[in-house]
Amino acid sequence: MSTTEIAGGSPGFGLGQYLICLRGIAWREALRFLHQRERFISALVRPLVWLFIFAAGFRQILGVSIIPPYETYVLYEVYVTPGLMAMIQLFNGMQSSLSMVYDREMGNMRMLLVSPFPRWFLLIGKLLASTAVSISQVYAFLIIARVWGIEAPVWGYVAVLPALALSGMMLGALGMLLSSVIRQLENFAGVMNFVIFPMFFASSALYPLWLVQQSSPVVYTICRLNPFTYAIELIRFALYTEIDWTSLAVVVVTTIVFTTGAIVAYDPARGLIARRGEGGG
Amino acid sequence: MSADAVTVPVPDRVSDVARAGAALAVRNVSHAYGSRQALQDVSLTVQRSRFTALLGLNGAGKTTLFSLITRLYDTRHGSIEVLGHRVSREPGKALRLLGVVFQARTLDLDLSVMDNLLYHAALHGIGSREARQRALAALREIDLVDRAAETVRRLSGGQMRRVEIARALLHRPQVLVLDEPTVGLDVASRSAILRHVRSLVRERGVAVLWATHLLDEVESDDAVVVLHRGQVLAAGDVPDVVASAGAVDMRSAFIALTGGAPEGPA
Repeated sequence: MSTTEIAGGSPGFGLGQYLICLRGIAWREALRFLHQRERFISALVRPLVWLFIFAAGFRQILGVSIIPPYETYVLYEVYVTPGLMAMIQLFNGMQSSLSMVYDREMGNMRMLLVSPFPRWFLLIGKLLASTAVSISQVYAFLIIARVWGIEAPVWGYVAVLPALALSGMMLGALGMLLSSVIRQLENFAGVMNFVIFPMFFASSALYPLWLVQQSSPVVYTICRLNPFTYAIELIRFALYTEIDWTSLAVVVVTTIVFTTGAIVAYDPARGLIARRGEGGG
Repeated sequence: MSADAVTVPVPDRVSDVARAGAALAVRNVSHAYGSRQALQDVSLTVQRSRFTALLGLNGAGKTTLFSLITRLYDTRHGSIEVLGHRVSREPGKALRLLGVVFQARTLDLDLSVMDNLLYHAALHGIGSREARQRALAALREIDLVDRAAETVRRLSGGQMRRVEIARALLHRPQVLVLDEPTVGLDVASRSAILRHVRSLVRERGVAVLWATHLLDEVESDDAVVVLHRGQVLAAGDVPDVVASAGAVDMRSAFIALTGGAPEGPA
């Protein structure tokens, strides 16, 4: 008989079983991602369109002066790359969590939630798994960008990994929180309009903030309040083997807040899912 | 695995209901969505080795009750115990002993049958070698072992249901709850699934709570709970419920109790 054979009063799970569970969640997320080929392709094509077309067009219009972490004048493509890396993670975070609400993933969420492991562990496990998927997307993008001629220091590709892990967690947790509290956004277009586009455009993804400040102090303030800006800057500096401490602090704190919020929202005792009143018999 | 091979919960936390042999005990449970009362003072028990039908029309509150039993929602009023473990206080222990088949399909259509089963096993801390053995045995039992590598999408509705039931049993729960598992299936699949679940009750001593609005799924030696507009109108062995309603069969008893006819042939 295995250790999973239940005697009623037996103690909880051991560390090994926690790891089995975590591996199972990650494995499923990876399999799902591999099976949904269009999701992988669109995750890659989206930033590449921005890079190849948008950035190429903007190259002549927008001059980027020397700002940290860059030590020389950089091409617009170079500037926009960290923003596009973060965009990949933003989309992934929204998709992996919000798909629960839309494409009958709610059933899978239910299966996850009836697991006897603690719910915080299950949710964080799911976050880690979706973050891992988003990181693989980002590296695929970086490889293509490098072929295109956008090069970062070799060690930057290593240094950016922990930054991506953090930003991926932050954006995944945001998606999870939204999935639990928002019912009104009936489809992904709603999320695009009300979450992804505002977060992306009101950030330092496409233009340095000093440039924004010159044209509109209000937009500048919004950008400064947008946690997505800090995710981008964390990635941007890490890619050049530097740490932007302010961004690091903001991303860490925001990750903790969003994750805690998602755990609370999915906690049956305090959570918000019970108030939805789903139909049925 | 037979029922007597299972260790009963240790005495200190065992409630009187568990001692009396109830595998699942729902006591005085109420639940409201805002101002809408979905369940009102619902009590029921499911005994080991019994098939208990939870009979109710659509909207009776069956799904809400399942959401509470599986701790999707918190039980604010009343208590729910699985083999003496209160779902709200010891969710881990309660959920380890509980197998669930939801009304909505919860298999991952893009993944293979085997991967779906392995995922569930992992969610219960069962390592992959052990999980694979159990999954193969479970698939053999439902004659789907040769489909293990196929994606779920290629299975029929009835086959998916059988896989879901097999999955719910992978961690060897003592209590199996199924929310309208035969909805949308043809007659042959329905009876195959019913036969399978009844054999689990008979041969393994599993306690089954089977929610349905189809009266022909209830047999005379089952226990039955009639749920109507969030309230339990009658509960007990089928002959007792029929007799106390002053009816001749379960169908007329149901109509007498609720004032409405359920679906399905008499």
